[in-house]
Amino acid sequence: MFKLQKKETIDQSSLYTVPLIAIGCSLIFVFILFLLIGKNPVLAIFIIFVEPLLSIFGLSELIVKATPLIIIALGLSIGFRAGVWNIGAEGQFTIGALFGGAAILVFYPTSGIWILPLSFFIAIIGGILWGMIPAFFKARFNTNEILVSLMLTYVATLFLSGMVYGPLKNPDGFNFPESRLFHDSGTLPIIFPGTRAHIGFLMALLLAGLMYYLLKRHKFGFHVKVSGESLRALVFSGKSTNYMVYLSFIISGAFAGLAGVIEVSGPVGQLVPAIPVGYGFTAIIVAFLGRLNPLGICFAGLLLALTYIGGEAAQIKLGLPNAITGVFQGVLLFSLLAAEAFTNYKVTLKKMRRNF
Amino acid sequence: MQNILEIDGISKSFSDIQANNDISLYLRQGQIHALLGENGAGKSTLVKIIYGIIKPDHGSMILNGKLYDPNTPEVARNEGIGMVFQHFSLFESLSVIDNIILGQKGNQKKDSILERLDDLQKDYDLQIDVNKIVATLSAGEKQKVEIIRCMLQDPKIMILDEPTSVLNPSEVEKLFNFLRKLSKQGMAVLYISHKLHEIKELCDTSTILRNGNVIKSCDTADVTINELAQLMVGRAIDNKIKLSEPKQERVLDIKNISYTNPDIFGTSLKEIKFNVNFGEIFGIGGISGNGQTELMKVLSGEVGLNDGNQILYNNEDISSLDINERRQREIVFVPEDRSGHSAVSSLSLSENLLLTNLWDHNFFSNGVINTNYVDEKTSEVIEKFNVQCNASGSLASSLSGGNLQKFVVGREIIKMPKLVVCEQPTWGVDVGSASLIHNYLIEISNSGSTILIISQDMDELRSICHRIAIISNGVISKPYDAKRITPEDIAIEMAK
Amino acid sequence: MDLFIAIFQGIIIASTPLVLAAIGELVVEKSGVLNLGVEGMMIIGAVTSFIVTYETGSHFLGLIAAVISAGLVASLFGLLTQYLLSNQVATGLALTLFGLGLASLIGQTYSGISLDAFPVFDVYLLTEIPIIGSLLFNFDYLIYLSIIIVVSVYYFLNKTKLGLVLTAIGDSHDSAHSLGYSVKMVRLFAIIFGGSCAGLGGAYLSLVQTPMWVENMTAGRGWIALAIVVFAVWRPLWILVGAYIFGGITIIQLHVQALGVNIGAQYMSMMPYLVTIVVLVFISVNKNRLAVNAPNCLNKLFTSDL
Repeated sequence: MFKLQKKETIDQSSLYTVPLIAIGCSLIFVFILFLLIGKNPVLAIFIIFVEPLLSIFGLSELIVKATPLIIIALGLSIGFRAGVWNIGAEGQFTIGALFGGAAILVFYPTSGIWILPLSFFIAIIGGILWGMIPAFFKARFNTNEILVSLMLTYVATLFLSGMVYGPLKNPDGFNFPESRLFHDSGTLPIIFPGTRAHIGFLMALLLAGLMYYLLKRHKFGFHVKVSGESLRALVFSGKSTNYMVYLSFIISGAFAGLAGVIEVSGPVGQLVPAIPVGYGFTAIIVAFLGRLNPLGICFAGLLLALTYIGGEAAQIKLGLPNAITGVFQGVLLFSLLAAEAFTNYKVTLKKMRRNF
Repeated sequence: MQNILEIDGISKSFSDIQANNDISLYLRQGQIHALLGENGAGKSTLVKIIYGIIKPDHGSMILNGKLYDPNTPEVARNEGIGMVFQHFSLFESLSVIDNIILGQKGNQKKDSILERLDDLQKDYDLQIDVNKIVATLSAGEKQKVEIIRCMLQDPKIMILDEPTSVLNPSEVEKLFNFLRKLSKQGMAVLYISHKLHEIKELCDTSTILRNGNVIKSCDTADVTINELAQLMVGRAIDNKIKLSEPKQERVLDIKNISYTNPDIFGTSLKEIKFNVNFGEIFGIGGISGNGQTELMKVLSGEVGLNDGNQILYNNEDISSLDINERRQREIVFVPEDRSGHSAVSSLSLSENLLLTNLWDHNFFSNGVINTNYVDEKTSEVIEKFNVQCNASGSLASSLSGGNLQKFVVGREIIKMPKLVVCEQPTWGVDVGSASLIHNYLIEISNSGSTILIISQDMDELRSICHRIAIISNGVISKPYDAKRITPEDIAIEMAK
Repeated sequence: MDLFIAIFQGIIIASTPLVLAAIGELVVEKSGVLNLGVEGMMIIGAVTSFIVTYETGSHFLGLIAAVISAGLVASLFGLLTQYLLSNQVATGLALTLFGLGLASLIGQTYSGISLDAFPVFDVYLLTEIPIIGSLLFNFDYLIYLSIIIVVSVYYFLNKTKLGLVLTAIGDSHDSAHSLGYSVKMVRLFAIIFGGSCAGLGGAYLSLVQTPMWVENMTAGRGWIALAIVVFAVWRPLWILVGAYIFGGITIIQLHVQALGVNIGAQYMSMMPYLVTIVVLVFISVNKNRLAVNAPNCLNKLFTSDL
C-alpha cells in the first residue's frame, strides 16, 4: 500500500504540471474511448483538439465560447477559494441573459450607445439577486448553498422559457418561442470583422487581470485567502463568516450575470429558451483546471472552449455524438482532482513488515 | 515482581526529527510508572508505538515474556493493553452505551456488556448514566467513559496520557484512588504527564524523557520535585522578573454579562462580573470547557452580546464594538488555538502579522497591501521576541509550537497595548519559550499595560498574576489574591 | 375515486426513484461522506439498465447492470475521495458531469426507443380487493423492494453493530480510527452501496416510469434526492415521507396542469424545485435537531497517520 503525507511546502511548478498531467490523462482516456467505439483515435483527436486552431473561423469561435466560461469561472473562483460552493452559476447566467435581454427588448427599436451599458447593469443586478437567494439562506439559517443554488438553476431555466414563450415572444415571429432579434444598439461590437468574435473577450481578459491584481495585492485577496484556510481566523481578523458568503455570491452572481448578457448580446443576438447550455457547470471545471488562479482560468477557459468546438466538429465530420464533450470534461475534472493528490501530498510506499 | 512489559532500544524518526532514540524501560506488575517529559520530548510517540499506532524503526518489545510487535491498536488491546487518550476517542453524538459497545471486540451481546459494566461500576465507583449522549457530559465524565471502555477489555496494562489536564481537583483525587486500587490488584499503569507534583504523589517509578532520549529511570521516592524538573528541562529554569504593584484605577470593568451559546452542547456565560486595574495581571483559572473560549470571544467581540450587557473599558462601553474597533482602542487579543485561530499555519509569518492589523492604515494604501511595511514589522517581531525561523516569508507551519506562540504573542505586545487579553498563552509550549512569554507579559505589565490571562494552568496563574478568579460552568468566582489562594479554594470554586 | 387512485399510483411511481437514490445517499452521508454525484450515478444506472434490457429482453438483467455500473462509477468517486483525498464536493460534481456525458454518449443510438412495460407484481387475490387492491397491491416489485431497502437500512443503522460502526465513523473518524476501525474501507462500501441504490433509482426511470431512454432524463432528481436526505434529517424512515411528498408535488402539479389551470406550464414545473428550497430552509431553521442528527464528519477530510 502507499500512503499520503501532507507536504510542508507546495511546489510552485505544480501550478502548471498538475493541469498538464490531467489533460494528458484525459487525452489517453478519450483515445481509448475512440478505439472502443471504432473511430480512428488519432484522426478524432486531431479534429477535436487541433483542427479548430488552424483556421481564423475556429480561433474566433474559440474566443466566443471561452468568453462566458472565463468570466463565470473568475467569479466562481473567489467562492471556491473561500469554501463557498456556488454550483448554480448556470442559473445566475440564465437570469443575467434574461434580465439583460429584456432590457434591450424594452427599448426596441430605440437606438443609443447607452442601451448596452444599461442592459449590462441590469443583467449584473439580476445575477446578483439570483445569487443572493442561496447566500441569504446560507448566512441566515446555514441552509446548504449547493442544493439551493442548484435548484435555482432549474427554476431560472424554466423562468426564461416561460418568458420567451410569453411576454418576450417576438410579436412578428409566427408564434415561435423566441424573442425579436436585437437591433444594432443591443448587439456587442465585433473585434474581427466577418467573425463572431466580440469585445466581450477583451472584457474577460481585463477582468482576469483585475482579479489577479486584487487577489495578490489587495486586502480583499487577503480576506479570500484567510477564509479559505480558516473561518475562525477570518472572524479573528475582523470579518464575519457571512461576509465571505455574501461577497462570494455577489461576485460570482455578478460575473455570471455579466456572462449571460454578453452571450445574448453577442453570439446569440436574441432570447431563446436554449441559452443555458451548461456554461455555468463547465465553468466549474474551468475554475478548478485554472487552479482558481485568474491567469490559469484564461487558459483553462480556452481549452474547454476548444472541447465544445471540437465536439461539434467531430459530430459533423465523424458522426460522433456531441456528448463526447461532456465525457471529456468530466474525465478532465476527475484526472485533475486525482493529480492534485500528488502535489498536496507526498506519496510514499508503506514499508512492508518484517517477519520475525 | 516480574516485568510485564520490557521496551528495548526503541527508535523512531519522522523525516528529520528523531522522536525516540534508543529508548528502553521496564514496567512491572502492580506498578504505577510515570513517563515524564516536556512537550515534544517523545512521550506520545513512544505510547503510540506501544499501542500499535506507529511502527518503530528499530528496537523490540517483550510483553509477558513473549515478543510483542503490534500492527494495530486492535492487536495491542487483544494483548491486554488499554489506553486512555488525552484527546478522547469518543463519539460525541452517540450515547455512552453505544460508545462502550464500539470499544468491545466482536459482536458481544448488549446485555452481557451491561452486566459486566454493572459489576465494574460497583467495584470501582465509576457511576454514569449510560443512556446519556456523550456531548452532554463534562470532561471528567467523558474520561470515565474512556476508562470504562478500557476496563471492560480486562487490560493487564493501562496507559493514561495526561489524564488530569481536564479534571478538577476532586476528580483528580478520585482518579488517583482508582489507579491505586488497580495497582493493588496487580495491574501495571503507565502514567504520562508533565505535572511533577502529581507524579511525586502517585507514581512508584519514573522514566524521564528529553529530546527523544531517556535521561533517567528511577524510583520516584528517591528524587525531589526540583530534581525532576531539572531532569525534564535539562537546565535551570529562568527566574521570573519581579512584578510591580498595579494602580487602583479600573481599566476593564465587566458588569454582569450573560451570553447564551447557540451551540446546544456549548457553555453559556452567566452574569460574569469582574474588574481589572491599571498595570494589573488578572488571571481566570478553571478546567477547560467551562466558558473560557466563550468569555474570550465575548471580550474580543468575535461574538456579539445582547443589549444591556456592558463591557466598560476606561469607562467606555465597548460591548457593541467589533474586534477591530476594539483593537483601535489599543486592546489586543491572543486566543488559545494557534492552528486556525490566532494564526493560520498555511500562511506566511508576514501574512499572519497582517491578520490582526487589518484596521491599521499604515499597512495599506487604498486597500493595497504595503508589502514592505508588513515585512519590516514582521522582522521586528521575529528579532525582538527571538522567534526561530528562516524569514518573514516562512510558513507558520514550519515553526515549532513554542516559536509560533512567541510570534503570536509578540505580534500583539510589540504594539505596547493598553490591555492584553490572552487565553492559554503557553499551552503546548516548551518550558523555555513559556518562561520567555511569561517574562514578556510581566515586562509590559510593569511598563503600564493591563493584562487578562485565561488559563487552565493554575501554576502559571499563581506565578504571574496579582489576582485570580475561577470560572466554572460559565460562572465566575470572586477574585482571590494570587499569593493567598489555596488548593482548597481552587477545588471548591472549580466544583461549583 | 378513479382519479384518486390514479394520482396515488402516480405519486408512488414518481417517488420510487427518489426513495432509492435518497436512501443510498443517506447511508453514504451517515458514514461522513458527501457524494454530490447522485445525479450522475442515476443516469448511468438509467442508461445501462435500458440498454441491457433492450438487448437481452430481461428486466432483471437490466437492473443488475444498473446496480453494477452505478456501483462502479461510485467506487471511482470512493477511490478518489478516500484514497487520493480529493475534495468531495468537486469530485461529486465531476461524477455528475461525467455521468451525464457518458450516459448520453453510450445511449445515443437508443434514444427514443421504448421498452415493454415493466411487469406488475401480481399477488393473486390481493390485487382483486376493491380500492385497497389497486392502492397497495398493484405495483411493480421494485416499489416493494425500495420500501424493503429503506426498512433494512433502518434496521442496519439502529440495530446492528456494523451499522453502529458506520454511524460512529460518520461522527468521528479519528475516534473510530483510534479504536481500530477501518474508516476508508467502511466508507468505500457505503459509497458503493449508495451508488448501487442510485443506479437502481435511475433504472426505475428508464424501465418503469417511462420505459424508454431520453437524454438527461433524470432532470435533477439526483439533486432532489440529496435534498430529501437533509429533509429526513438523516433518519431512514423519513426518507419515505420526504420522497412521497416530493413525488406528490410533481404529480399533483401535472394534474393541475392537465386541468387547464391558467398558469404557464413552466411555472408549474418549477414547483418541485421551489418546494425543495423552501423545505431545505425550513429544516435548517431548527439548528439543534440538525446538530444532533447530522453526521459530524460530513464532507471532512480524513487523513490517517497510519
